[in-house]
Order: sequence, then C-alpha cells, then structure tokens
Amino acid sequence: MSPRLVWRKSVSVMMLSLTGVCALAGVSVLLFILGYLLWYGGKYINWDFVTQLPKPVGETGGGMANAIVGSAKLLLLAALTGVPVGFFGGVYLSEFGGKTFAFLVRYTTDLLNGVPSIVMGIFAYTVVVLPMRHFSTLAGGLALGVMMIPIAVRSTEEFLRAIPTALREGALALGASKWKTIVKVVIPAAAGGIVTGIMLDLARVAGETAPLIFTSFNNRFWSSGWNQPIASLPVMIYTYALGPYDDWHRQAWAAGLILLLLVLAANIVARTVLARRSTAREM
Amino acid sequence: MATPSIAVARPAPSRFPRPGGARAFVERLRSGDEIAHLITLIFASTILFLTAWLVYELWVHSALPRQTFGLGFLTASTWDPVFEHFGALPFIYGTVVTSALGLLIAVPIGVGAAIFLAELAPHGISEALTFSIELLAAVPSVIIGLLGIFVLVPILRKVVEPFLKATLGFLPFFQGPAFGIGFLAAGLILAIMVVPFIISISRGILLAVPTEQREAALALGATKWESTWKVVVPYARTGIMGSVFLALARALGETMAVTMVIGNDPKISASLFAPGYTIAAAIANEFTEATGDLHLQALIELGLVLFFLTILINAFGRILILVTTRKGTSRE
Repeated sequence: MSPRLVWRKSVSVMMLSLTGVCALAGVSVLLFILGYLLWYGGKYINWDFVTQLPKPVGETGGGMANAIVGSAKLLLLAALTGVPVGFFGGVYLSEFGGKTFAFLVRYTTDLLNGVPSIVMGIFAYTVVVLPMRHFSTLAGGLALGVMMIPIAVRSTEEFLRAIPTALREGALALGASKWKTIVKVVIPAAAGGIVTGIMLDLARVAGETAPLIFTSFNNRFWSSGWNQPIASLPVMIYTYALGPYDDWHRQAWAAGLILLLLVLAANIVARTVLARRSTAREM
Repeated sequence: MATPSIAVARPAPSRFPRPGGARAFVERLRSGDEIAHLITLIFASTILFLTAWLVYELWVHSALPRQTFGLGFLTASTWDPVFEHFGALPFIYGTVVTSALGLLIAVPIGVGAAIFLAELAPHGISEALTFSIELLAAVPSVIIGLLGIFVLVPILRKVVEPFLKATLGFLPFFQGPAFGIGFLAAGLILAIMVVPFIISISRGILLAVPTEQREAALALGATKWESTWKVVVPYARTGIMGSVFLALARALGETMAVTMVIGNDPKISASLFAPGYTIAAAIANEFTEATGDLHLQALIELGLVLFFLTILINAFGRILILVTTRKGTSRE
C-alpha cells in the first residue's frame, strides 16, 4: 500500500471511531443523569415523602404528597383540554382534510409545537389569571393542555394514515357511511397507537415547569379548589433546588427521581409498544 | 418535546370519493358525514384560532412598553424595574450567546453521533442507542437544571474554569472570576438538551440518503470515511441544517435549566464565566414579582420577542427538512 492510502485509511478509522465516541457521549449523559438521581434521590425517598405535606420552612422531614396529587390534577386538566382538540384535529387532517386548509393546519401545528413553554405560560396567565385575579389550577391545566395539542394532532394523524385504505374501502363497500367507517373501523384499528402517542404527550408535559410557575404557582398545603393555586412536582423541584436549606435540596433530589422515573417509564412503555407495532406491520 | 419527529407535510388526497350535486349533499347530511366533517373541522380550526389568540394576547398585553419605548426596547441595555427603564438587550445578548455556545458544542457531537448511528452501527445497536438518546430528550428540563446547579456548576468553578483561565486566559472569553454559574454553564446545559434532537433528526435524514450514493463513492475507491464525509453528508446537508435550526429554536426558548445556572444578572459581558440572563429566564424569574403594569408588560413583550424569534427559526428549519426529505427518496 502506498503511504497515501495508509494515511487515508487511518484517517477513516480515526474519524469513524470519533463518531462512535460522540454516540457514546450522548448515551452516557443519560446514564449519568439516571444513575446520579437514583444514587442521590433514592436515599431520601421514604414513606413520609409520598404521604405527608411539606413541613413549615426550616423544619426537616415532611413530604410532597400535595405536589404529587397536584401534578396528577394538572395533567388531568391538560388531557381534558388538549386531547379532544388534538384527537379530532388529527382525525380531520387524516380523514377529511383537503389540500390548502389541511396544510395550513398542519404547518400551524408544527409552529405551535415550537413555541417556548414559557410563552404558553404567559398566554394562560393573560387568559385565565388576569381576569380571575389569582393563580389557579385551571390556568396551569390550560397552559399544559395547549402544549399537548401539537403532538396529539400529529401522532393521531400519523396513526390514522397508517391504516390501509383497503380497510376503509371494505367498510364503504358494505354500505357503511363515511363517519361510521371512521368510527367503527379506522379509529379502532389505530386506537393502540393513538393512545400511546397521547401517553408520550402527557409524559412530556408532566415535566414542564416554566408554564406553571406563574399560572398554577405553588402551594404548601392541599389545594382547596380548582380555582386555587396548587403545588406540582416540577415547580417544587425548582423551588426547593434554589432554596437555602439542605433538607430542601434532599427533597428536590427525591422529587426529581420520582418525576424522572415516571416520565422515563411512560416513555419506555410507549416506545416499546410503538416499536412492536411498526415491526409487526413490516412483516 | 419528547419525540423529535420530523414533520413531513404531505399533500392529503381525500381517501373517500366525494360525489357532487345537491341530492348527494342531502344524502351525506342524512348519513351524518357532513356533521362529522364539521365537528372535526371545528376542532382543527381551533388550532388556528388558538395560535392567533396567542399572538393577540401577547400583542395586546405588551402595548404599554411598546408605546413607551418603541423599538428602543430592543436596543437599550438597562433593565431597572425601580426606575422603570426597560431595555431587552442584555437578555437578547444572553439568549444568543448561550444558544450559540450550546450549538457550538452540540452540533459536532450530534452530527458525529448521527453518522455513527446511521452509517456504522449494526442495526440492533443503532436502534438501542437511538432509543436511549430519545429518552435523554424526554428528561424534564428542571431535572437537568437540578444536576446543573449541584453537579456541573461546582465542577466548572473548581476545575474547568480555573483550567481554561490558566491555558486560554489571554482571550477575553475566559477572564474574570470563576463563579461556576454563568454563560458557560448555561451553554453546556443547552448542549446536553439539544444534542438528542440533532442526533435523532440527522440520523433520520442520513438514513434517507440513497444507498447508491455510498456504493458509487466506494466503487471509485473512497474509504468509508471519505464516502461518508464527502458524499453522504453533503447530500444530507440541507436537512442537517434544518435539524440545527430546530435545535436552535429549542435552545432559545429553553427556560428552567438555564434559569437555574445562568446567574440571573442582566449584564453584557464578554467573559463566558460571568453571570448573565436570558429572555426566558427573565420571564420565569420576574413575572410573579413584577412591580407594576409597565414591568409586567415589558416581560410580556420579552415573551413576544421570544415567540417571533423561535417561530421564524422553526419555520425556516422545517422548510429545510421538508426540502431534503422530499429530495432523498430512498425511504419511499
């Protein structure tokens, strides 16, 4: 081999191994985050943490039961506002949409997806908090709900589109009307995928903090109603991490671990289901 | 965004034949089709309506500072709630510097990893690694921020920044006291947060490059790296650029993790060690404590600026990706 070729080959090997190092770096960051939280947060999770209210400032102990319930309530509200719009919007794009209007809706959805979460928070603030004159669970739920719409639309549309046209034609040929075909044939066939997509969507907004800090705010006690401020896990982590007490820091780690495990578990389940479905379709 | 999916807008041919005529219309109405169409159309229009409403609210609620400061809002560099002087320049500067720094770190690593996953790694390994990288994209930003303050910042303060100062201290970027918190910390955090996007979108685009391109290069005697770097990557260039723009839009709007490590000081400094402030961080920190209408509305105007910035960059990035995935046709 000429020296030139040896040089070219060694450059090739070197650069290709560098790309491998890059990939490893990406994965190791995830493993580091997970490992560190398990190690650090795991120590501070106990029964009190999930069943008790936060202790008065300065006292050690206590838990974040209100924040866990609060997050669940906010997600429920988010799903109630975001999922219907996302689902029916997706059905429209896949089954009814024409050319121009559907393109407009699709493109707007993608842009909405890129709107920073903090801007969604401002929106919910001006629409709900300003007129009501106080922070509320409703405002937080609305902010998260609007954030859910884009992914709900796009994933619903993708899964409906993946249903073969032959299935629709079969139903129509049997005399079913279009909407009956959609409701009884197309949607049931795509239901698994749609539900999984919405689960991923929920997991995504579950960790959002920015739109909540000035909509649902925070609360050291149980929230007394939907129009009152409410605690949530991400906001608690933020407040406690920046707080001056060591005990708060420990609780922030524990809350971080719980949040991370919930989000990752939802992601792993959903993505495994999706991967199985797509390989099944290929075969 | 948990799933960095590429939005490939396709023309949507109607999947059902649609006979015309008045009688056919009445028939469709009776069978419920038109009603179903109408209901879904209303929900689809809601999306357009919501987006328009969002812009309207931001615009209306930032009228006060727009009248008071005009365009000077964007170029003034004092932010003083007490004397009600509001200039957004320190925030815009902080946002741009941290995002640029984040991309500077994330792009080489992201593209490198994407090349490995698309060109080299065996199918199984590639899938497994991509899976974990997409999980990294799903980690909530507040958790990255938590690790940022308690792990990254101490390391920066004690190890990295003194080292940079000793070796590259003659550059203006690496001068001044090492706080740990500041532009450098925020840039690193942003790099971690956008790398999964760049990897997963670029990988998809590289996979869409036709195999013939690689085979032709190899047949001409190119090494594996030469075929990748001189043929495959240039072919996918526009799409990779698109993924970088999407990552940029995300970096600009990223709030919590940055707020936790940037130091929150509205100053413009050349040194990366110095604390700064970003648009999103300012909104997150000051919104609940705004002292008056002008202050609050100035923050909302910051939100408006951020909104337009991210929308523009997003729109551009999506067009780039759209163009390449149309061109690279091996998947269809």
